[in-house]
Amino acid sequence: MNAPVYNFAYLDEQTKRMIRRAILKAIAIPGYQVPFASREMPMPYGWGTGGVQVTAAIVGPDDILKVIDQGSDDTTNAVSIRKFFARTAGVRTTTSTGDATVIQTRHRIPETPLHAGQILVYQVPIPEPLRFLAPRETETRRMHALSEYGLMHVKLYEDIARHGHIATTYAYPVKVDSRYVMDPSPIPKFDNPKMNDSPALQLFGAGREKRIYAIPPHTSVVSLDFEDHPFERYRHEATCAICGAVDSFLDEVVTDDSGGRMFVCSDTDYCATQGPHEVKRV
Amino acid sequence: MTAADDQPLLVAEGLSKWYGRQLGCRAVSLDLYQGEVLAIVGESGSGKSTLLQLLSSQLEPSAGRVLYRMRDGVTRDLAQLGEAERRFLFRTDWGYVHQEPIRGLRMTVSAGANVGERLMAVGQRHYGNIRDTATDWLDRVEIDRSRIDDAPTTYSGGMRQRLQIARNLVTEPRLVFMDEPTGGLDVSVQARLLDLLRGLVADLGLAAIVVTHDLAVARLLSHRIMVMKDGETIESGLTDQVLDDPREPYTQLLVSSILPP
Ligand SMILES: Nc1ncnc2c1ncn2[C@@H]1O[C@H](COP(=O)(O)OP(=O)(O)OP(=O)(O)O)[C@@H](O)[C@H]1O
Ligand SMILES: [Mg+2]
Repeated sequence: MNAPVYNFAYLDEQTKRMIRRAILKAIAIPGYQVPFASREMPMPYGWGTGGVQVTAAIVGPDDILKVIDQGSDDTTNAVSIRKFFARTAGVRTTTSTGDATVIQTRHRIPETPLHAGQILVYQVPIPEPLRFLAPRETETRRMHALSEYGLMHVKLYEDIARHGHIATTYAYPVKVDSRYVMDPSPIPKFDNPKMNDSPALQLFGAGREKRIYAIPPHTSVVSLDFEDHPFERYRHEATCAICGAVDSFLDEVVTDDSGGRMFVCSDTDYCATQGPHEVKRV
Repeated sequence: MTAADDQPLLVAEGLSKWYGRQLGCRAVSLDLYQGEVLAIVGESGSGKSTLLQLLSSQLEPSAGRVLYRMRDGVTRDLAQLGEAERRFLFRTDWGYVHQEPIRGLRMTVSAGANVGERLMAVGQRHYGNIRDTATDWLDRVEIDRSRIDDAPTTYSGGMRQRLQIARNLVTEPRLVFMDEPTGGLDVSVQARLLDLLRGLVADLGLAAIVVTHDLAVARLLSHRIMVMKDGETIESGLTDQVLDDPREPYTQLLVSSILPP
């Protein structure tokens, strides 16, 4: 009879070392997708198993972990991942962006600017930006290897031809360090500029697709565009109904079944630190 | 005319291809000069497509080599080019027109994007300019410019083929390979396409290698002709001479059975 084995942060040491090697390689080649032997995690793929494995491989006993899902610390997904690491690694957790040393995220970058020493871990569903343009992996690999990225602009061209402007609003493709085209995961394009020259380390984990990639601190990240249709950030032209913020990314919330709605910060921590504001219904 | 223009654009030396024990083609040599159109004719299975793929470096020869005079005037052995160089050559200085347009088009993106793709691939980043160039090319291949945002899935066979041609010519390549460019089209559509091709080739001073089993196509488009049989060249020369006065019995047979009097 064996006693149940304890592994810090759930994964065994060998697996964590394997993931760390992939992470180091990813940091060495910014924007390049490194394959790794993704493990089964005690949660479904849609729950960010790629991000969870990256976090498990880098988190240490002194870290302070924050987990957000669409900007919120309080969704089921965020809460259960936070609890998972509190239980398996005994790490402290926080909802404060400023206090966290590791932030795992799904679909947002916090509004509060990140600082040196922090690590932002993204959960990625589909890592390959060329996937829908060239379905064969041998072909997409060759395109990355040879920097043949004309197809990315074909996609943007189609957007403009169809909608009059670049209609891609999430997972907006970027070029990292003037070399690799990268899918930033389904963050709103509002967040794209935050990736550029960030003092924090950014790591991306795709569990089902078994890929890890990275943006080291202070790396150039440029959103693809055309000279006559330059990249533009987008947010609802509104004020947060809770905190009054005019600079944050807003979610539209339906407040009743007769068409009532309001806009509130998607980043709940940011919202909470902006001070009180009289709630207005629109 | 500069000194380099006296040199052939493309030279094939002793090209052979075996598919295992099956012969594709054997010991084929040829020269092609800038602005010259060469037709490769022969019956089904004679090795025409094999040769075209060898010449365009899509297939590795079992023996022989292909030399190409690059835009900088330097003649290179194509087998010595790196993959990036070869792919760059392919989408800038060369065109390849497939018999089936769906092999040469992106069927799910608009005609404008199909034509603009090569421009974007070589770094053009101005939407308005790309679109203007695409519009010009639709005009040149006689596709109504109002169809620029439609996907080729909504095009007829003849329109698709013309779109494929526009997509290839937009970077003003110096050499275009065509494998049965009018195959599979109605006779009346074929005639119009041939006319168009002939005009474009002359206007742009293109060199072209056209594979066809249709001697009428060879007659209309090409300056020189090469007749293949069982993987080998059995006769070659000026198109009119070969077709009017074939020396080889096999060519005589081809001419008498296919060309109308
Ligand atoms: N991939 C292949 N594997 C084996 N044999 C092949 C292959 N491709 C062509 N061949 C053989 O090589 C010979 C030349 O074929 P090729 O396709 O070059 O002829 P073709 O002149 O283009 O014919 P067609 O007019 O029918 O297109 C034929 O005997 C053919 O069966
Ligand atoms: Mg053929």
